Amino acid sequence: MNLTTTYLGFTLPHPFIPGASPLADNLDTVRRMEDSGAPMIMLRSLFEEQIVGEQLATYHAAETMANVFGEATSFLADPPDAVFGPEQYLEHIRKIRSAVRVPVVASLNGRTRGGWLDYAKLIEQAGANALELNVYDIATDGERSAADIEQETIHMVREIKGAIALPLAVKLSPFYTSFANFARQLDEAGADAIVIFNRFYQTDIDIEELEPVTALHLSDSSEVLLRLRWLAILFDRIRADLAVTGGVHDAIGAVKALMCGATTVQMVSALLQRGPRHLFKVAASVSEWMDEHGYESLEQLRGSMSLKNCPDPSAFERANYMQTLYSWRDERP
Amino acid sequence: MAGTLTKSLDANEAAASVAYRMNEVIAIYPITPASPMGEFCDEWSAAKKPNLWGRTPSVAEMQSEAGAAGTVHGSLQAGALTTTFTASQGLLLMLPNMFKIAGELSAFCIHVAARTIATHALSIFGDHSDVMTARTTGFAMLCSNSVQEAHDFACIGQAASLQSRIPVLHFFDGFRTSHEVQKISMLGDDDLRAMIDEQWIADHRARALSPDHPVIRGTAQNPDTFFQAREACNPFYDSFPDAIQQAMDRFKGVTGRAYRIFDYVGHPEARKVLILMGSGCETADETIRRMADAGERVGLIKVRLFRPFSKAALLDALPKSVEGIAVLDRTKEPGAPGEPLYLDVVATLREAGHAARIIGGRYGLSSKEFTPSMVQAVLRHIDTPNAPPQFTVGIRDDVTQLSINYDPAPDHEPDDVARAVFYGLGSDGTVGANKNSIKVIGTNTDKYVQGYFVYDSKKSGARTVSHLRISPRPIQSAYLIRQASFVACHHEVFLDRYDVLEHAAPGAVFLLNTQRAPDTVWESFSREVQQQIADKKLRIYVIDALKVAGEAGLGSRINTVMQTCFFKLSNVIDFDLAVGEIKKTIRTTYGRKGDEIVKRNLAAVDSAVEHLYPVDVPQQVSATRVRPSAVSEHAPDLVQKVTAMMLADQGDLLPVSAFPPDGTWATATSKWEKRNIATEIPIWDTDVCIQCNKCALVCPHAAIRTKVYEPEALAGAPATFKSDDYNAKDLRGLKYTVQVAPEDCTGCHLCVEVCPAKNKANPRRKAINMEPHADHVDRERAGFEFFENLPQLKRDRIVRLDAKGSQFLEPLFEFSGACAGCGETPYVKLLTQLFGDRLLIANATGCSSIYGGNLPTTPYCTNAEGRGPAWANSLFEDNAEFGFGFRLACDQHTERAATWLQSLKNVDSALINQILEPTDTSRIDMSEQRARLTQVRDQLRSNGAATGADELLNKLVPKSVWLVGGDGWAYDIGFGGLDHVLASMANVNILVLDTEVYSNTGGQQSKATPLGAAAKFATAGKEIHKKDLGLIAMSYGHAYVASIAFGANENHTVKAFLEAESYPGPSIIIAYSHCIAHGYDMRHGAEQQKRAVKSGVWPLYRFDPRRIAEGQPPLQLDSGAITGSVTDYMNNEARFRMVQKIDPERFRRFAKLAKAETERRLEIYQQLAKLHVAPSQQAEMVGASANGGESR
Repeated sequence: MNLTTTYLGFTLPHPFIPGASPLADNLDTVRRMEDSGAPMIMLRSLFEEQIVGEQLATYHAAETMANVFGEATSFLADPPDAVFGPEQYLEHIRKIRSAVRVPVVASLNGRTRGGWLDYAKLIEQAGANALELNVYDIATDGERSAADIEQETIHMVREIKGAIALPLAVKLSPFYTSFANFARQLDEAGADAIVIFNRFYQTDIDIEELEPVTALHLSDSSEVLLRLRWLAILFDRIRADLAVTGGVHDAIGAVKALMCGATTVQMVSALLQRGPRHLFKVAASVSEWMDEHGYESLEQLRGSMSLKNCPDPSAFERANYMQTLYSWRDERP
Repeated sequence: MAGTLTKSLDANEAAASVAYRMNEVIAIYPITPASPMGEFCDEWSAAKKPNLWGRTPSVAEMQSEAGAAGTVHGSLQAGALTTTFTASQGLLLMLPNMFKIAGELSAFCIHVAARTIATHALSIFGDHSDVMTARTTGFAMLCSNSVQEAHDFACIGQAASLQSRIPVLHFFDGFRTSHEVQKISMLGDDDLRAMIDEQWIADHRARALSPDHPVIRGTAQNPDTFFQAREACNPFYDSFPDAIQQAMDRFKGVTGRAYRIFDYVGHPEARKVLILMGSGCETADETIRRMADAGERVGLIKVRLFRPFSKAALLDALPKSVEGIAVLDRTKEPGAPGEPLYLDVVATLREAGHAARIIGGRYGLSSKEFTPSMVQAVLRHIDTPNAPPQFTVGIRDDVTQLSINYDPAPDHEPDDVARAVFYGLGSDGTVGANKNSIKVIGTNTDKYVQGYFVYDSKKSGARTVSHLRISPRPIQSAYLIRQASFVACHHEVFLDRYDVLEHAAPGAVFLLNTQRAPDTVWESFSREVQQQIADKKLRIYVIDALKVAGEAGLGSRINTVMQTCFFKLSNVIDFDLAVGEIKKTIRTTYGRKGDEIVKRNLAAVDSAVEHLYPVDVPQQVSATRVRPSAVSEHAPDLVQKVTAMMLADQGDLLPVSAFPPDGTWATATSKWEKRNIATEIPIWDTDVCIQCNKCALVCPHAAIRTKVYEPEALAGAPATFKSDDYNAKDLRGLKYTVQVAPEDCTGCHLCVEVCPAKNKANPRRKAINMEPHADHVDRERAGFEFFENLPQLKRDRIVRLDAKGSQFLEPLFEFSGACAGCGETPYVKLLTQLFGDRLLIANATGCSSIYGGNLPTTPYCTNAEGRGPAWANSLFEDNAEFGFGFRLACDQHTERAATWLQSLKNVDSALINQILEPTDTSRIDMSEQRARLTQVRDQLRSNGAATGADELLNKLVPKSVWLVGGDGWAYDIGFGGLDHVLASMANVNILVLDTEVYSNTGGQQSKATPLGAAAKFATAGKEIHKKDLGLIAMSYGHAYVASIAFGANENHTVKAFLEAESYPGPSIIIAYSHCIAHGYDMRHGAEQQKRAVKSGVWPLYRFDPRRIAEGQPPLQLDSGAITGSVTDYMNNEARFRMVQKIDPERFRRFAKLAKAETERRLEIYQQLAKLHVAPSQQAEMVGASANGGESR
């Protein structure tokens, strides 16, 4: 089965991509992923907030006690080759680019307008083949309206698109009032792909210590359902590619995502649990499944269960809540 | 300076720059003020900067200066071009090898930032008492007087040594020269090459030990030959003055700068001549030239080469017309007929039959100021009829009347020299910015610049004073500015604490950082400040730099804001050019540290000037408020008369009679210095508090305390004084208070961070919360005064002596100058709480000796009975031996007292027997023993035989002897002694405050530094695991050993202290001490200690040989299994993260190795903790001698 796919302008042998994860931190693992058939390498996000935070912490730790006391002009070693900025990330891009033949997609989570733009340019200069903007924003500020938040992102996409020549994917959370409209506007702003959906760190609370506890749990396959819906809704309604991330763990999940309209399928949790080779197995299984089920091409499969093509489009729409409840009742003894 | 490369730098860098390039092996050990020379070399070596021969010199940090000298000696013997740097006590430790190196005629140049030798007190500042101890070693001694000369003489010294084979000690004045920044002409590699013949190097190498042409050195010689053989080197010394003059002449050919071994300046027919060496020559040169230009027949001889002393050259340099000579020595040799240089000059002139009158004086000890008016006073003194030949200048000696008078008025400085003085808060970055400013001016103009920086002896809330000169001519004024055309005060509080405007010249600009509006500033000034402004017609400008820095996201780092304002107001350089240069420097300095840091600093610079406002100065002085006195009127006499002067920057005015002759000083003086340095202080919320006392235990400055007391004691309490019912069973019915000392708190947040009690409705609030100092200080001051007078709980009422109970004991160590959030001082404070009333502390030099005993104030204090820790510092290297001596003496005293007691006929014998029963030293309460001794005293008094009894009776209260110091002492320089004391039966307790780095001298690696941590001399991360001092100590079997971390387990900490003290043999406690050198906000210190323990990096254990007799394994591993991650622990500290920033892969490898090592260590401990062993002979002996009581 020919699974060749075009994503962000790159022709990929198949649509299954290792998503942004620690797997891409290590050069050897990256090579192993390529050997396992990864058609592109997604890097973890460069977090502006983290870089700034670390810079400030180190600056204050080192500088506050520098030139304070007669016996020591400083109290910390200052290795000339220690660099507190995006350079390490950029260097990592360079190393990965020279280590693999497949396209390398960098990822960026900015915090300020300047940060998004500056880092995007640096990432391009470092040689990344494409950039994924990891829009990760919990809107806690009651003064910012939904429209403001959306407009800021749209503006930012437009600005970055105008500033760099790289293909641009935008990874979003599902928490937008009118996601379809928002996706369309991003599409118009120049996004080359919409990646759905970001997974947030979820905050729990410790009821003994009265402390918030933050942890990132690996996804499970139930999470794919939300994504399937929005893939189905967006398919063929925007120009940009659609990528899915979160909840695809096996060939069945992957087939579902493709059927709902995904151009590519990103996998992280499953690879973290089962190793990079799992990607190869999923690709092979999907191919096998399609053969078994008489599909002739990926195009035939892709979007077949989208809102546009699905035999019962209302299942993806508002009414499905009621129906689900009924069906659940029906199943009771 | 057109055509030559110029640079603004200090003498340490100037000397190191040459030494590095001209050598192959550099062995060093950190010591103030020479440490930066080694650090520069380490940085350059790490960056693979080549020497003259294209190779990277090897830089090795040793365990002591003795070790460095041994390495140097070995390297020389093996034929490498070798150098080292040191000062003061470090030089003393090198002396034995220096005799050998000279005796073997090894070409070698050592560079010394000359510093005071500790005598009645330690001093980190400059004089020649250290180098003068080396004058018998056989080293040539070459003195440079300025930064340029330190650079030049480093080269000349090296060249002359290579040519002559005489080793050279090149020295310059510590701090005054070593730390003074000047614009100098730099020597290029070709200049250095032009100064040496390759043949000299070949000869040096040919003399190396080699099995290819073997010889032996270091033989032992007998009376028949030693003397003659020793004289065989004479020709080398005889020819050395010529050799070095040749080197100087050659240097002139290379650079155009001319030097002579005795340089004369002044009137060609001088009648009076001053002779001296070091930075004082610069001041004397400046003064004498001016006088000579005005026709006065005065001159100056600058001694460049002090050893070998060339009599001929001195006579040659001296004008024939001279009638009177004053020789100034920057050292003191008590009992000598005169100081060394003076005696040399006398001998030279007398031998030559010269008739000039010669007088000799001391000046400038410990960087005491030496000014033009002092130079003039000395010259005048030559003419004073019948003046004693020995004198001092710069002080007032009202005891032996040796001092001569000088005009105290500020010296005149030329109008074309711009002079600026800045009062900064250490942490605001003022000094760094000023160093940068003078570099900007030096680089962008033809002007000469000078920067000198006066630092505080405290690390928290420290003040800095920067002195900047900008001149069209080379600057020789080696003294502080006393007439400044620009004065900046970066911290408004200083106006009420010091006479900030004292040195403002008439018409000067005064820049003040204040949060007040320009139109309200005037009224906030004290009467004194207003008067000075009016009298001197100062022009005032204000800026709210904290606001500007805050808005730029820089917190309280106001340095670039104030720097920009300086350039705006001072007109020393085109403002736009200055701003461009500041920005360039910001990009260079911080580029690597982060684009965000650059951005924020640039933003601060850009918005500075728009917040700068002139202040209209009213015609009339309107203030009624006067500047508050430095200390309370209730302070004792010494504090009022002496300490207060020092606190107000007036210590120079104190006469000799103000001081004890032996360095003895009063304790308990820190309480009188109300520094008010915190912007926020902890405020107690009684409703939330669970009365755990953790806040008090962790407080590094004893600024938050707890007490329980009878309800009646609350009578007369201020209305705002807080109190609650005490909720523990053992002391039911009492009241409880947590009280902050608001004027002594440093605002470190440590107490709030450890507070476990949270407000249930709003868990962001705890039982103590940081609140603005200004809002609470008055109320809390009254509260603290009342709290201090509440009765202290009697020791026998504390039933459970755990962490909580320990905090009802009075701390006898308070308000030290340690860093805010210090990880060492909570242990020291606890020590004084437990045993303070019978405690002797031997303190190794380092952080703990500086916050423990650096004047002006002393933190060790006394209880209501006047008892408290007796403390002394000997050296860095000998502290274990020093404390061991305490023990031996105490035991002798106890025996003497016991014998005497037994001999008393008129005292109840049952009472005597009770007194002589072994005391259970696991108890902290000695009141019963004290009561028995009082009975004896009373009985003796009633019998009329009490003379001398008190002192003897006091000896019968067991003394607790503690040997306290850091890891630099315990693991490195003092390890030999520490090991020896551990190998004894002595009942001493060793407290190692382990910060895992040389903290006091600025973060150099020690053998306690853990694998993977970046430290100076291990900038890419230490590759060797931390030495396991505890395991080494355990190997003896008879020593008590504990590893503790108060932030992880405070009860364990208290238990270890009690067990160590009660153990009748040697005990050692290794205490995890978080430190600013770890690179994170110290408020998280306790939390990070928990991570250290949970990850297994810092296991908690106690090894108690007494358990062997009970059939138990001696080792108890108290911290249990590993539950945390080593990587998480490492990720929280910049010292480890630094490595990650250099090379993530290297960091990962270190993290993996550290984890493996942690597991390996823990496994060893786990196995040991199961080990049942037969008692060692020593342990049995220790146990038999005491059984928990003190040995007598």
